[in-house]
Amino acid sequence: METLINEIKPQKTTNASLQGLGNALENEAIYIFREVVAQFEKPVLLFSGGKDSITLVRLAQKAFWPAKIPFPLMHIDTGHNFPETIAFRDKLVKELGVELIVRNVQDSIDQGKVVEETGKYASRNMLQTTTLLDAIEEFKFDACIGGARRDEEKARAKERIFSVRDDFGQWDEKNQRPELFDMLNGTIEIGQNVRVFPISNWTELDVWSYIQKEDIEIPSIYFAHKRNIFLRDGLIWSAEDDVVFRAEDEVVEERWVRFRTVGDMSCTAAVLSKADSIDKVVEEIRDSKISERGARIDDKRSEAAMEKRKQQGYF
Amino acid sequence: MNVLKIATAGSVDDGKSTLIGRLLYDTKSLTEDKLEAIKKSSEQRGYDYLDFSLATDGLVAEREQGITIDVAHIYFSTPTKSYIIADTPGHVEYTRNMVTGASTSQVAIILIDARKGVIEQTYRHFFINNLLRVKNIIVAVNKMDLVDYSEEVFNNIKKDFEALNAKSTYGEQIVSYIPVSALKGDNIVDKTDAMSWYNGDTILGHLEELEAQDVYDAGKVRFPVQTVIRPKTDEFHDFRGYAGKITGGSLKVGDAVTVLPSLTQSKIKEIFFFDTSYEEAPAGSSVNITLEGDINVTRGDMLVKTDELPKIEKQVTATVCWMDSKNLVPGTKYIVQHNTNRVLSKIDSINSVIATDYTGEQENKNKLSLNEIGEVSIKLSKPIYFDSYNDNKSNGAFILIDAQTNTTAGAGFIN
Repeated sequence: METLINEIKPQKTTNASLQGLGNALENEAIYIFREVVAQFEKPVLLFSGGKDSITLVRLAQKAFWPAKIPFPLMHIDTGHNFPETIAFRDKLVKELGVELIVRNVQDSIDQGKVVEETGKYASRNMLQTTTLLDAIEEFKFDACIGGARRDEEKARAKERIFSVRDDFGQWDEKNQRPELFDMLNGTIEIGQNVRVFPISNWTELDVWSYIQKEDIEIPSIYFAHKRNIFLRDGLIWSAEDDVVFRAEDEVVEERWVRFRTVGDMSCTAAVLSKADSIDKVVEEIRDSKISERGARIDDKRSEAAMEKRKQQGYF
Repeated sequence: MNVLKIATAGSVDDGKSTLIGRLLYDTKSLTEDKLEAIKKSSEQRGYDYLDFSLATDGLVAEREQGITIDVAHIYFSTPTKSYIIADTPGHVEYTRNMVTGASTSQVAIILIDARKGVIEQTYRHFFINNLLRVKNIIVAVNKMDLVDYSEEVFNNIKKDFEALNAKSTYGEQIVSYIPVSALKGDNIVDKTDAMSWYNGDTILGHLEELEAQDVYDAGKVRFPVQTVIRPKTDEFHDFRGYAGKITGGSLKVGDAVTVLPSLTQSKIKEIFFFDTSYEEAPAGSSVNITLEGDINVTRGDMLVKTDELPKIEKQVTATVCWMDSKNLVPGTKYIVQHNTNRVLSKIDSINSVIATDYTGEQENKNKLSLNEIGEVSIKLSKPIYFDSYNDNKSNGAFILIDAQTNTTAGAGFIN
């Protein structure tokens, strides 16, 4: 046992907080992670390389220490990711010593299962659903842990913490299981799976404050940097002509920007910003008058865009 | 940051969603793009005002029918507190959703339409908050603008509600009355000039003063084991930790504990939160505990202080809220999930269906239908270790899982 003692940090006195060691949201998320491992046989953490899934990884570490995270990470790669995100992902996985599974939207396209969108608003975001559902079937995952939050979007506000999907991956939003107290019911039939959202109750600011407090490393695109961009519909698009459609009259200019949310390059808009440190980012979010998903081009398709995608099995 | 959880209750058209929208708007929690979306949708629907319910009614079906069907969670914060509001549907057929929303809340806001006063639905909303022992109740008398901000109307409603409160079975409940107009923003966040006769707090002012104490704080220490952590690495070869969340009070290193159901005695050796060890951990902490000696503990077991044993029985009587379209009838089998412990059970008898309108009427029809509440006796295949719900919320509640459909079919509160 000597090695154990050496590894443990010095003892601290009890935190006088009413809501336990850590904070209430952190305790809740850790509790949820442990329920997943206890109630499911084959969980997986859906990892996009974005701040929410990075936060999930830290919470999973806390939930199971001194054991390693007891499930793999899976990335559904659209092929249109920011290169910074991919580099970050590979580094993190190596440090943690966890298994990483990557499944590519390009493969689904090559197999003829989905067809690439065309035109001005072409994006691979919608196509991810097919690749994800195929991967769930391939590995027989019964629980997919994701970083969706209820404050992001109004259809997500209706989501349960354990959200049951049928064997077509569909969400039956009008017939959800009641969730009482903190008792989570993850019982399912073979073929069904559960989407688990441990940070359901966190807001965007909660996530950023946690990253700040815990000193968690995140990809560089979250911080202010110079980038070639163009403007369309009042949003700032990355000028990445291989991936993002740009009309001839849409002029490229170099500006200081950062990303508040990181998805596929074709559906994530940047914000003008000079915030180049976590402290400045937190300050900026606190004062922001625009919501995080205000920079998500995929949500602007219609009022029910998210609900429709979720019914089909989108994350 | 402290978190205060609130549930709303009110009938259709009492203005719940409007009240929440107003809270968000007046605390500047609605960002410009969300506000823009509400403006656009309101105009499309031909309204000449901003329909804040469009911010919370997230499903297409809800917006079509203009009603809330399922619980939505809404978040906002002030410099002192974070708030989570469970916006629950008011329709009688959604009683189960109201119970769900109330189960995690420290505060309930019950809305009353000033023009209609206390109605049958109000009785049910209050009854459920009594049953679930929600400590703070705010009675928001809404649409005061439509009754000329009349003090008399407000006082009459208050008197009616006080009569209802006299029938409450939960003495420690604190009820406050606030006259508001959610549409106009009177007494939601800002004080209004329209009701100079009212000197009390606004809704937000009142919320700001409440203590953000966790629902699971009261009672004796209970530690349901979620999972056993065994790293099996060279470094931690013999490590065997019990992961769970502490409810009730705090646990200290050296505390004499008993493992249930085996009744094995031990002492707490270490308490970890992530990679740091602590001398003591308060209620609400998700910790990892090691015990003295080589003993057998698995998921579903519970650690308690040796001098604070709960009841350990194979038979319980509970108030059950039924949440499934398939009726609950005697003789059927369900899985009882009590904390992390799951036990097969058989419904012995349904003793009564309780009227939720305080008439004290009890019907005995030997079944419980969807959204009904009744007293049920249940026989368990193995013992559970529980307290009465009145003494300990987290250790006195359970859910019933249908073994065929796997759905959560009911919620029980042990007598």
